[in-house]
Amino acid sequence: MIYRDSKTILEVRGLRASVDGVEILKGLDLTVKSGEVHAIMGPNGSGKSTFSKVLAGHSAYEVTGGSVLFEGRNLFELVPEERARAGVFLAFQYPIEIPGVANSQFLRLTYNTVQAQRGRDELDPLEFDDFVREKMKLLEMNPDFLERSVNEGFSGGEKKRNEILQMALLEPRLAILDETDSGLDIDALRIVSNGVNHLANKDNAMVLVTHYQRLLNYIVPDYVHVMEAGRIIKTGGKELALELETRGYDWVSAERKAAMEVAA
Amino acid sequence: MSAALQNLVNQPYKHGFVTDIESDVAPKGLSEQTIRLISAKKNEPEWLLEFRLNAYRSWLKMEEPKWANVKHPRIDFQAISYYAAPKQKAKLKSMDEVDPELLRTFEKLGVPMHERAALAGVAVDVIFDSVSVATTYKHKLAEVGIIFCSISEAVQHYPELVQKYLGSVVPVGDNFYTALNSAVFTDGSFCFIPKGVKCPMDLSTYFRINTQDSGQFERTLIIAEEGASVSYLEGCTAPKFDTNQLHAAVVELIALDNADIKYSTVQNWYAGDENGVGGIYNFVTKRGLAKGVNSRISWTQVETGSAITWKYPSCVLLGENSVGEFYSVALTNHHQQADTGTKMIHIGKNTRSTIVSKGISAGHSSNSYRGLVKVTPAAAGARNYSQCDSMLIGDQCSANTFPYIQVRNNSAVVEHEASTSKIGEDQLFYFAQRGIGAEAAVSMIINGFCKDVFQQLPLEFAVEATNLLSFKLEGSIG
Repeated sequence: MIYRDSKTILEVRGLRASVDGVEILKGLDLTVKSGEVHAIMGPNGSGKSTFSKVLAGHSAYEVTGGSVLFEGRNLFELVPEERARAGVFLAFQYPIEIPGVANSQFLRLTYNTVQAQRGRDELDPLEFDDFVREKMKLLEMNPDFLERSVNEGFSGGEKKRNEILQMALLEPRLAILDETDSGLDIDALRIVSNGVNHLANKDNAMVLVTHYQRLLNYIVPDYVHVMEAGRIIKTGGKELALELETRGYDWVSAERKAAMEVAA
Repeated sequence: MSAALQNLVNQPYKHGFVTDIESDVAPKGLSEQTIRLISAKKNEPEWLLEFRLNAYRSWLKMEEPKWANVKHPRIDFQAISYYAAPKQKAKLKSMDEVDPELLRTFEKLGVPMHERAALAGVAVDVIFDSVSVATTYKHKLAEVGIIFCSISEAVQHYPELVQKYLGSVVPVGDNFYTALNSAVFTDGSFCFIPKGVKCPMDLSTYFRINTQDSGQFERTLIIAEEGASVSYLEGCTAPKFDTNQLHAAVVELIALDNADIKYSTVQNWYAGDENGVGGIYNFVTKRGLAKGVNSRISWTQVETGSAITWKYPSCVLLGENSVGEFYSVALTNHHQQADTGTKMIHIGKNTRSTIVSKGISAGHSSNSYRGLVKVTPAAAGARNYSQCDSMLIGDQCSANTFPYIQVRNNSAVVEHEASTSKIGEDQLFYFAQRGIGAEAAVSMIINGFCKDVFQQLPLEFAVEATNLLSFKLEGSIG
């Protein structure tokens, strides 16, 4: 939702980044304020996932230009774990499996790490168990999840729910959901979307990176951005997503080319 | 490897100090004369001198084994001193008479030598270089008929027991290093648990090599009579020297009917520096004989130290329904080399064995699992389950698995599972994205990986092992 007195959470200016020497982001601009839900759409290879990994600080991506302020701080001065503790959360497109590590153990460690950073009390295993079970209800998760190894043998839908569960535990200021809808059946999509909607409030912000309009039926964005070749080339309201669904992406780039020619 | 990973694996060794104590060191070199000297110093009976000399004569005809997946320069067996002992009064009446410098050494290492200070009542036999310096709780154990003392003492006081069992599980000529050990062993622990007695506390031996250019050749013998049970722990450290020291031990376990022996090791010998200079060569033969019906021998080992580890704690399952177990974590870093595993020899009917091996390699190290499961024609209904998992940290290390399976009875069921995984950049990134730094992440991944083995360790040892692994890996993640 767009609020009048909202604060700026993320300010991206002219961001450039490359992987293995190939430039993927080529001057990206984006401003996200508290309370807002942004959707970033675009064809494969437009740089959507790269953008989310750069924000989270993945070492394979090299930032070559531009700036990113997170709540007024230079995001690039923080290592990935500091960004997470400061409130940047990435729901992974392909969550990693960690054999041998019980989900409950992992969830408690991440929860307590972030709590400690915020000067709040950490929970012992028993307290945490009660707490996490409550959160799991929101995502209609079976308590068995706690005993299983992190993401190991989880179905696609279970992995995504586990991501949103972590988001519920960590209460980030900025949540980036990278293709969270991919690989979800309709029930899982509904459950995950309900979870996300439940977590959205006026103090945090969400960036949904998605390929399809389908997710946006469930999580209604305030802004829809179209990415192409490492840049945001068009921004609109939620109706833009519907237009993209019916007309595809080509007309957006054609429109942009025409506008640039006029300007020249 | 990322910088964080690098830092994590590169931790200094904290037991690397040398105790300044006057020692009685035999001249370097090995000959019949050296053996006679050792035997005389220990005031040994004639039969034991003969045992040693026979071993020496067979050793002279043997060659060093070449099949292990390890590389090292040729060991000059004439450049080693085969006997080093701290000088102290001949006979100690109580712990108070132990040289305070020695007490301080073990205090620094966290080994409880004062009975009153002992944690959770673990009885400890302490071996410093070639000799046992102290054994705690001896008298309390004697009340229930348990003999727990150094093997030298056992030779003096219980010669018939030692003579009966010494070399009965590991024959003198079993291999090059057992022959060497049998010729020159200087001390070690002796435990005898009589019929029907459950040992009321964990027994423990702590090995410390202090003298440069000396070797440690200890001999441990544990006997559990019918229905007896014991849990035995072994810990080891050594100072940092830039030369290699040889540690060639022999451990023999004998379990009679319904007896149960659990043997746990946390091995933290000096592993050499980050360039592979110095460290202990650990060439050890450990074997348990499950002689009686329903007997059980269980080995649990956490191997983190030594420049080279060559060690295969084994079980000979002779008694019907006897059980053999091997749980192992072997961690190698820098230029360490480990070739370790087990042998399960099924002879009795319905014998069962379990092998769980976890190898972790970091740095430039090489880590091999080598295991034999042998089912003899008589072993009807034998069962084995083996699981061998390897984990790689970084991309300069290697892991190998060499399983040998020989089955000569078609009613046997033998299962083998193996896996290799890697702590990769993406796993660490996932943890980081949840606020968890590389060190805590690796520690959690490793502990999860080793969980099945750590569960087998006595509680205090499990805590020590967990900390030790994290410590050893500090600096390796990057």
